[in-house]
Amino acid sequence: MTCSRRDFLKDAVGGTLATVMPLSAFTFLSTAEARTAVEESKVRWAFLVDTNKCVGCGLCVKACKNENEIPYDAEVTRTWVERYVITKDGKTHIDSPMGGRDGFTSMEVDGEEIDPDNIEKAFFVPKLCNQCDNPACVQVCPVGATYQTNDGVVLVDRDWCIGCGYCIMACPYGVRFFHPVHKVADKCNFCYHRISKGMEPACVECCSFGARRIANLKDPDDPVTKIITTERVAVLKDEYGTKPHVFYLGLDANVR
Amino acid sequence: MPHDIIVHGIEWTVKELFVYPNEYIYWSIQIVMYPYMTGLVAGAFVLSSLYHVFGLKQLKEIAQFSLVFSLALLPVAALPLLLHLQQPTRAMEPLLTPHFTSAIAAFGIVFTAYALIVLSEIWFVYRKYFVEQVHALKNKQGLSNAMSRLVYRALTIGAYDVSDDAIRVDKKAATVLAAIGIPVACFLHGYAGFIFGSVKANALWMSPLMPVIFIMSAVVSGIALCMLTYIIIREWQAFRSRRHGGLLEAKEIKGAELDVIDTAARYLLGFLVAAISLEMLDLIFRGYTAMKSWDILRSVMYGKDFMNIFLLQYTLGNLVPFVLLLLPGRTLKRTVLALLLVLFGVFMMRWNVVIGGQAFSLSFSGYMHYEIPIIPHSVETFKEGVFGALTVISVPFILFWIINKFVPSLQREASGE
Repeated sequence: MTCSRRDFLKDAVGGTLATVMPLSAFTFLSTAEARTAVEESKVRWAFLVDTNKCVGCGLCVKACKNENEIPYDAEVTRTWVERYVITKDGKTHIDSPMGGRDGFTSMEVDGEEIDPDNIEKAFFVPKLCNQCDNPACVQVCPVGATYQTNDGVVLVDRDWCIGCGYCIMACPYGVRFFHPVHKVADKCNFCYHRISKGMEPACVECCSFGARRIANLKDPDDPVTKIITTERVAVLKDEYGTKPHVFYLGLDANVR
Repeated sequence: MPHDIIVHGIEWTVKELFVYPNEYIYWSIQIVMYPYMTGLVAGAFVLSSLYHVFGLKQLKEIAQFSLVFSLALLPVAALPLLLHLQQPTRAMEPLLTPHFTSAIAAFGIVFTAYALIVLSEIWFVYRKYFVEQVHALKNKQGLSNAMSRLVYRALTIGAYDVSDDAIRVDKKAATVLAAIGIPVACFLHGYAGFIFGSVKANALWMSPLMPVIFIMSAVVSGIALCMLTYIIIREWQAFRSRRHGGLLEAKEIKGAELDVIDTAARYLLGFLVAAISLEMLDLIFRGYTAMKSWDILRSVMYGKDFMNIFLLQYTLGNLVPFVLLLLPGRTLKRTVLALLLVLFGVFMMRWNVVIGGQAFSLSFSGYMHYEIPIIPHSVETFKEGVFGALTVISVPFILFWIINKFVPSLQREASGE
């Protein structure tokens, strides 16, 4: 076999380029990044809502809007509180004006004046993203802009979301919306920027009644985890197979 | 609240009773247009394939036209999606980072594959014509002739062989492409049905029948639009040549041919029956199984949307044209009326699926009404309003006018067959 100097140089340059260029597509992970990618997380975030304790003050909604920069008066919200009033005729009246942000001070529920003597029972139900184990929103995202972290929280990449709204349609809980400023899908993420630094979500921190609590399901000594595992808790709409991770104490059959 | 902060959907959604705070009509008129236009593409292609693959000679004329028309419709199947996106500049991302568990991740791939099939089929059918034009324009003077010749030269892609052998190969290739095209066209549209049918959160949409229903109604609407456009163009040509005393050549003034229309109408009726049967099956099944969602679905279907579903869609859009097409002694005018109603009926079906699916809250305790923006006061209300829809509808006709300048689908002698 003969090989001129010219051919040798040509092949050498070509070969080097052919090797280096595909390699440059890879990025080097930091040790911490590599560890989180490979190792199973020691955290599985979950949430506990005690509906017996909620008084419908709306402080959690206020705190959430401010903490997560959801325009205060825009009629979308990452978390909200629903009021249920069941009257003696068996009818269920539900409302959540401005997501319950300003509390519930009127006897009028969805345009209907309720006579206090006619009330069988009434209660409040806070709602937020269920950080499902089998999230329908993640399944339907066409570009992978919404994804599940290995500690269970579902996040949205604002730089990659195309704003098709498929995830909004897919969520059975109606927790998703288009952020009015960023024009991408948005939803509650348990204040991921806070919980990943050892703080509590804004709504949990500001709830004076202990109706909202955050738990690490993988820590058996976590007091909230203990409640979830030992007491009788319920989840919303489990018929959709999404495996929601917001657990409720005292959930009523009327809750939608 | 500052003026520039407007929640998407708030401008056209009216809520009634209890609706979750974040619920709005997020998928509005453009998402009605998307399956409607995709359906027209698929239907037009299926009609052209009836001739190219199954050799239905009566359909030859309308088949050539349908093939080219389906190319004009094609870009318009993607246009509503683009107009609907909140981040239209990121429209290419589904091709860059497709997330294949999503039913819409492969849209770009299926769409592109289908576009290539249609383009290459047209090329094989009209290649001989392109070559002839290059030769015919060779000795003609003038800039426009030179420009046309340049376009035709580009269209031949350097393939000038028009021997009998070469033409036979062309014909075979067109047939093979048309045959591959049928399942791909059905997939393209059945896929649109799957996008809706697989949304488990939506009680109205979730049904395995959805893709099949979509395909059937797609073929119905595609055939109807092709027949309608064909009749109108042919009659217009005949009318014009009568008035101006032979502007067009003698072979082109025949007008719409009734046997072509008869055959196409028979296929239209067949697919219409299939579409309605499946829709009825879906409705009966929902009522009979009466799942949790049935109470609210019933109140929407038999109450709030009764007019839209049973009067406009089933009666005016299906039953009336069905009778009009079946009654003996059918005239061209009556056929046109029936076709317009069929197109309207399929549009209402898309409307009732897309908007109807958002007419009730996920809480099953309230309703949402879509008030379509008519006079736009922002980009958003233009895109998601009447004018956005009209824009989408008018584009294929403009495109067809342009394409038809170079690929004369309505000249009886132009195609290579």
